[in-house]
Amino acid sequence: MRTNAALPPAAAAAEALSPDDEAMLDGLQRAAFDYFVQHGRRSNGLVADTSRPGSHASIAVIGFALSAYPVGVERGWMTRDEALLRCLAALRFFGDSDQSGKADSTGCHGFYFHFLHMESGRRAWKCEVSLIDTALLVAGMLTAAAYFTSANAGEAEVRALVDTLYRRVDWCWAQPQDAAVVHGWKPGSGFLNYGWEGYSEALLLYALGLGSPTQSLTEASFPAWTGTYQWENLYGIDFLYAGPLFIHQFSHAWIDFRGIRDGFMREKGCDYFENSRRATYVQREYAIRNPRSFAGYDANGWGLSAGDGPSTPRQRLAGRRQSFYGYAARGVPWGPDDGTLSGPAVVSSLVFAPEIALPAVRRLLARGAAAGDGRVRASGYNDTVKAASPGAAAGWVSPGMFGLDQGMIVLMLENFRTGLVWRLMRGSAPIRRGLQRAGFDGGWLGEAVPP
Amino acid sequence: MIYDLLIIGAGPAGLAAARAAVAAGAQVALIESHHIGGNCLHEGCIPSKTLIRSAQLIAEMRDAPCVGVDAPAEIPVDFAAVMARLRRVRDRILRVDSAARLHDEGIALHIGRARFGSADAVDVAGTRLQFKKALIATGSRPLLPDIEGLAAAGFLTNESVFALTRLPPSLLVIGGGPLGCELAQAFARFGCRTLISHSEPLFLPREERDAAQMVAHALAHDGVEIHLNCQIVAVRMQGGRKHVTMVIDGNESTTVVDEILTGINRLPCVQGLDLEQAGVAYDVGSGIQVDDFLRTRNPRIYAAGDVCLEHAFTNSAEASARIVVRNALQRGRQRLSALTVPWCTYTEPQVAHVGLYVRQARAQGIPVKTYTVPMHDVVRAITDGDEDGFVKIHVREGSDRILGATIVGRNAGELINNVSLAMVAGLGLRRLADVIHAYPTQGEAVRLAAQACVRSLAAKLPATNKEAA
Repeated sequence: MRTNAALPPAAAAAEALSPDDEAMLDGLQRAAFDYFVQHGRRSNGLVADTSRPGSHASIAVIGFALSAYPVGVERGWMTRDEALLRCLAALRFFGDSDQSGKADSTGCHGFYFHFLHMESGRRAWKCEVSLIDTALLVAGMLTAAAYFTSANAGEAEVRALVDTLYRRVDWCWAQPQDAAVVHGWKPGSGFLNYGWEGYSEALLLYALGLGSPTQSLTEASFPAWTGTYQWENLYGIDFLYAGPLFIHQFSHAWIDFRGIRDGFMREKGCDYFENSRRATYVQREYAIRNPRSFAGYDANGWGLSAGDGPSTPRQRLAGRRQSFYGYAARGVPWGPDDGTLSGPAVVSSLVFAPEIALPAVRRLLARGAAAGDGRVRASGYNDTVKAASPGAAAGWVSPGMFGLDQGMIVLMLENFRTGLVWRLMRGSAPIRRGLQRAGFDGGWLGEAVPP
Repeated sequence: MIYDLLIIGAGPAGLAAARAAVAAGAQVALIESHHIGGNCLHEGCIPSKTLIRSAQLIAEMRDAPCVGVDAPAEIPVDFAAVMARLRRVRDRILRVDSAARLHDEGIALHIGRARFGSADAVDVAGTRLQFKKALIATGSRPLLPDIEGLAAAGFLTNESVFALTRLPPSLLVIGGGPLGCELAQAFARFGCRTLISHSEPLFLPREERDAAQMVAHALAHDGVEIHLNCQIVAVRMQGGRKHVTMVIDGNESTTVVDEILTGINRLPCVQGLDLEQAGVAYDVGSGIQVDDFLRTRNPRIYAAGDVCLEHAFTNSAEASARIVVRNALQRGRQRLSALTVPWCTYTEPQVAHVGLYVRQARAQGIPVKTYTVPMHDVVRAITDGDEDGFVKIHVREGSDRILGATIVGRNAGELINNVSLAMVAGLGLRRLADVIHAYPTQGEAVRLAAQACVRSLAAKLPATNKEAA
C-alpha cells in the first residue's frame, strides 16, 4: 500500500488504549446507546431524529438503531430479547407500511420517506423519499439479520423480514435516466433534480443497490459515479476529496474497507479506509491553519462535518463579516466554515487515526465536563460565538442530541474497540455481492464467508 | 470585384479576421447589420466588466472596516453616473474600431443585412458581392425562456440592461450562468434587492462543484436571494410590479419584483442569411456546422465565433477567426481542437478555467491527479484578505503533464494565464516550480502547486533513483 510521506503509519488502534481511555470511551458509547432506548418507540420501532420535543422519526436513525441494538446486547446494556423486540417492531412496521407513494404514505418502490410521524409512521412535513436514508435504514436491517442468527422464531422472523424488505427495494427505479442514480423523489413533482457527483456517503448506497438479487442498480451506475471522483493533493496529502468528515465515515460504520479496493482505488494504490485516515489528517491540517481564525481550532480542535450550528446574525470577526449557517454540511477546506465543529465526527475518526483523534476526544470530554454540557455528543459546538458574546460563558452548543450522531458514535466506537459491526457485515451476502459487482476485490472479500 | 475574403459580422471574430486578412494582403469586405464591435463590446464583456468595477468598489468600501479603514455606514451610489461611465468606456474602446478607421486599414465596410445569393456571392443593401472565400461571424443573440406572461410583463436582456439609467428597487435574474451570476452580484452590491433563479442544483453548470459552491456563497454573502433547482413558470403584472411564480422541488411560491433580467443564454445568429443558397449546413440551436478546420459544408465558406463554437467567448472567437484566415487564405491546416482557451467568470471571487475538467479527462480514460493549493496557503492572499479560493491544476497521474486547471480567487482571470502559457508551451507542471515569482504575489499559488508536484513525483521514485532526481 502506498502511504503518504506526510502521514505517520497507521497506529495499532485499540490496543494502545489505557484503562482510563477505555473507561472514557465506554461511558461515551453507553451514553450514545441510551439515546435509542430513550427516543425509540417499542411499539413500532421508530426512533426520533433528535431528542428535541416533537421530533419526527428519521429512517436513517432507525437504521443506526437496528445496528446499535446488537452492540448493546454484546456490551450488556440491553437484553437480547429486548433488542429482538425492538428490531422486530421496526421491521414489522416497515413490512406493513403504506408503499403507495401517496403524500401521506410511508414510501414507495421499497424506499421510504426521510422523516415519518412517530406514531403513525406516515410521511412528515413535505419530505422526500430518500435514497441515502433508505440505504442507511437497510444497512441497519442487514446488521440485525446478520446478528440474530439463532433458530428461534423471533430471530428467524427478523431474517425473513429483512430478506423481504431488501428484495422489495426497487433500486433501478432510482435510475430514471441512463446510469445516474438520483437523490430522491417527491409525490407530485417526481425525482429530485440532484445526482450523486463526487465522492460521498453514497458508497454504501451503491454497494447495497448493486447487491440486490431482485431489482439492482445497473453495473454501469458505479463507474458513472466514480467517474466524478477527484483525487487531490491537498496540504501535501493525496486523497479522494470530499469536504465534510461524515462523508468519509458513514459507509465505514457498516463496511470494513480495509484492504479491499475498487478500480479507482487500485489505480491510486489506496483503499477507502486509508483514504478516510488521510481525510482526517487533512481536517487537522486545516484546523491548524485556521484561516478564519476561529476560537478552538488547533491540532486537537478539528472536525468539520454535517450538523447543527448557530443561526445567529452575521457578525464582524477577525477582520471579516462572518455568517452563521445553522444546520449545514460544513467541509474542509472550502467550507462553509463558521467556527462550528462536530464532536461525533471526531469520535468517529478514532477508528481511522486514533493517534490524533484520541487527544481531541479527551479534550472535548474534559471541556464538556467542565462546562456542564455534552459537546462531544452534540451535533455541533462553536466557541467563536462565545468569544463574540461576552455574556455567554460556555460557548454555543447544539441543544439536545441528534440520532445520527449517536448512531455513529455507537457503531464507530464498536468498530474501533472490537470490529463487531464490520465482522457482521463481512458475512452479509448483499454487501459482499454489491461490493464485488462494484469491482471491489482483495482483502476479506477474497476469503470465505465466516460461519 | 471578387473579394479574397468576405466577412459577415463585425464583432470580435469578424474584426480579427478582417485585420489578419488585410495584413496578409487580401482584399477584404466586411458586412455589419447592427453595430461594429459585436455583442462583447455593446452588450457583453465590456459593459458588464465596467459595471462590475463600480460594484467591486462598493463591496470594498463596505468591507473597509475589516481592514481598519473607516467607511460611511451608507455608501451612496449614483447609478446614473455608473451607467454614464459604462457608455464612456464603450465609446473609448470603439474608437479603434470606427468605420473610418477600418476603411483606412483597407477594409471595405458594408452596412446592411447580408444574404447569400449563391455559393460564392452575398447580397447586401442591394449590392451583390462576389467572394473567393467567406467567413460567417454573425455571433449570437439572447435565448429567451418560454415563460407564461413574461413577454407581456416585460423584461430586460443583456441587450437592454446596460441602457438602464435608474437602479431598479428589485431585480430577478433568471439563469445562473456566468453573466447571470456576475450581474446578480453587481446589482446586489448597488443596493438593489436581487434574486437569482437557476434551474440546476448549482450555478455555473460547466464549472467544478467547489467553484460553483463558492460563487453561491459569495452571492449569498452579498445579499443575493438564491433559488436553485428553480423553474420560473409564470409572470403577471399587478399594481405595476411583476409577480413571479416559481417552483422548487415541487413547491410553488410567488415573489414580487420590479424588473426581470433574462435571456442570459445565447442562440447562434443563423437565420436570415439564406444559408441554404450557399449550401451551408446549420442547426438553429447549435449554429453553423463546421469541421475541425472551421470549414462549413461549402468549402469556400468558413465560420468563426459564437455562430459555430460551443463556448461563446471573445478570445475563442478571435482565435478561431485567425485560424480561418490561415486556413482559408494561407493554405493552413490549423485545427480548432488544438486551441487552448482559458475563460473566466468575473464574480468575486472569479472562477477561471483552462483545458480539461477532471470529469472530462476521466471520461477519456485518463487517470488524473489534482494539485490543490488553497489561497489561504498563499502569503499574498492572506495579506490581501483574499483567502477564499484555490488553484487546482490537473495532471495525468504519475506525470506532470498539465491537463487543465481551475482557479478561484479575486485575480483568477489573471492567474489562469500562467497555466495557459505552460500548456501552450508544452511545459510540465514541475517546470513551473523553477519559475521564480515576484514575491509576494497571489500568482505564487501556481508555483506552490508545482512544488507539490515535484515533491509527489520525487516520493514515488524508487529509493535508488531519488538522488539522481
